[in-house]
Amino acid sequence: MKLSEVQEILRADVLYGADKLDREVMSACGSDFMSDVLAYVKNQALLLTGLVNPQVIRTADMMDMKCIAFVRGKKPDDSVLALAQERDIVVMCTPMRMYDACGKLYIKGLRGEV
Amino acid sequence: MEPVKLVYPVEGGDLIEAGEASSKMKLTLKKLGLPPDVIRRASICMYEGEINMVIHADGGRAEVDVGMEEITIRMIDQGPGIPDVNKAMEEGYSTAGDMARDLGFGAGMGLPNMKRYSDEMEIETAVGSGTTVTIKIKI
Ligand SMILES: Nc1ncnc2c1ncn2[C@@H]1O[C@H](COP(=O)(O)OP(=O)(O)O)[C@@H](O)[C@H]1O
Ligand SMILES: [Mg+2]
Repeated sequence: MKLSEVQEILRADVLYGADKLDREVMSACGSDFMSDVLAYVKNQALLLTGLVNPQVIRTADMMDMKCIAFVRGKKPDDSVLALAQERDIVVMCTPMRMYDACGKLYIKGLRGEV
Repeated sequence: MEPVKLVYPVEGGDLIEAGEASSKMKLTLKKLGLPPDVIRRASICMYEGEINMVIHADGGRAEVDVGMEEITIRMIDQGPGIPDVNKAMEEGYSTAGDMARDLGFGAGMGLPNMKRYSDEMEIETAVGSGTTVTIKIKI
């Protein structure tokens, strides 16, 4: 799924990488536990999370994830965005809660297992 | 390729900066042209180990040897040590406090993740004097 479609489905604001929405994600993972995310290795993945600290960006970076979508309208501060920019990870922010955000992407075909 | 040795200090107590050493190692492994899945596995192991040194041991250092056939990562600290290693290896076992939890760690998955992604893992530890976790990843 293209990130532009992810943005549309989640009605998300793009906080970093508005010019990179033609990138594709193949799978997604939703969690507030970073070790949970690290236990899950998939290519070209999207991370949905309610945490907005720098460790979220580092976790996504270690996993080579393409995009992070923050749920419940949470916005990271500038230093976190700067880190995402440095690692070239697209950042979005959706007003949806975790359950709805995951469900909407899932029914449109973006799965956890590829 | 010549063998490469990398050493990274890890500051204790700074949960915001934790992960910088792993990040730097990842960039270096990329420059060395190693396969992406090897880089990813090494980075995840080092990151979990780095977080552990920060939250459980007040910092330490990581020594990374990149050889022809394998990467060896040693995470060395002078922290409190691990009284029961078998227990520490169980998924879900954690003594982490709220600060770590607020950042998304402390689910008791760190050591199991390191085991999962490495080809070999060894923990040497003594209560009161410190812990060394060594992992190897085949290239
Ligand atoms: N370097 C270390 N020094 C002291 N104790 C450690 C160290 N690494 C791990 N531990 C102990 O092992 C437990 C399990 O570690 P881990 O699986 O990484 O889970 P978590 O870090 O989420 O607690 C920790 O809660 C801690 O008690
Ligand atoms: Mg841990």
